[in-house]
Amino acid sequence: MENMDQTTVLITLLGMSLVTYLPRLLPAWFLRGRELPPFLVAWLSYVPVAVLAALLFPSLLVKNGEFSLQWNNLYLWAAIPAIFTAWKTKNMFLTVLVGMAVVALARLIFRV
Amino acid sequence: MRVQKLAPAAPVVMGYLPIGFAYGVLAMNAGLTPFETITMSVVVYAGSAQLMAVSLFQAGINPFSIIATTFIVNLRHFLFSASLAPYLDRWQKGQVAAFCYELTDETFGVHSLRFARGENAAPITLAINLTCQLAWVAGTVLGVLAVSLITDVKPFALDYALPAMFIALLILQIKNKLHLVVALTGGLLSMLLWLSHVTQWNVILATLLAATLGAGWKTWTKRRS
Repeated sequence: MENMDQTTVLITLLGMSLVTYLPRLLPAWFLRGRELPPFLVAWLSYVPVAVLAALLFPSLLVKNGEFSLQWNNLYLWAAIPAIFTAWKTKNMFLTVLVGMAVVALARLIFRV
Repeated sequence: MRVQKLAPAAPVVMGYLPIGFAYGVLAMNAGLTPFETITMSVVVYAGSAQLMAVSLFQAGINPFSIIATTFIVNLRHFLFSASLAPYLDRWQKGQVAAFCYELTDETFGVHSLRFARGENAAPITLAINLTCQLAWVAGTVLGVLAVSLITDVKPFALDYALPAMFIALLILQIKNKLHLVVALTGGLLSMLLWLSHVTQWNVILATLLAATLGAGWKTWTKRRS
């Protein structure tokens, strides 16, 4: 950090902004309003479930940079009541509250 | 526009405030100035990439590598954008440009659910997005201000807001067996790739393969019936 002046940092931030924005923009910009092949339409419809699961699994199963199925991996065990709540109530807000409440309580009781 | 219509943003806001706060604290500790720290939340607006960039800045990595890493980490947004494109047909160009600027994991999850229900009006969608980014920037500002004070958000379990929200978003999108199979495939592949040290590409590769499995299966069974 010592050898980077503010101008260099700001140019880096602009570069980061550009390489983040283009992948967010270009597909929507060019694909919208077009008749897409049925396979691509089906494929795109499976992206949300696939990507949400792909993001979620490691976030629940990796603790402090390591794969963990241990009892003290709260993120994993709190997912069970959260999944149950989401499945039964279809309510996102309630699911978040239940998940957070379980984690907070477990930390209070077990000090993990 | 009624405030209740912004309700879909609520869980995102609840998650972004503490994580934006944590990012603010970490960036300041890494030696970024308040201006640089807040600017990153405004012009980049991508949680995991920003946290990664902070550690790269701290390690004195060269700008080009920081930008390249950001590009790889954020490439998954390409899929989000493509998947929402069909719902943006009637939007104006400026609206699409603004919408895509604030397309994150979380806002994508929220909008993919809303759009599938037919709720894809541009003004409310953009208002939800703006609310979410304001929460992210506000969290960052609070982190910058509080850097010398308490830095631990764990007693309130606020760090679990985003994982819990992903759980809800995922469960709400699973409407049939094939969805479930695709989700399990994507999740397990992503985990396996991560365990094989493919830690930058695991999400993208797992998504590509799982979505291909879903589309292939659907196309194949349709042809047979």
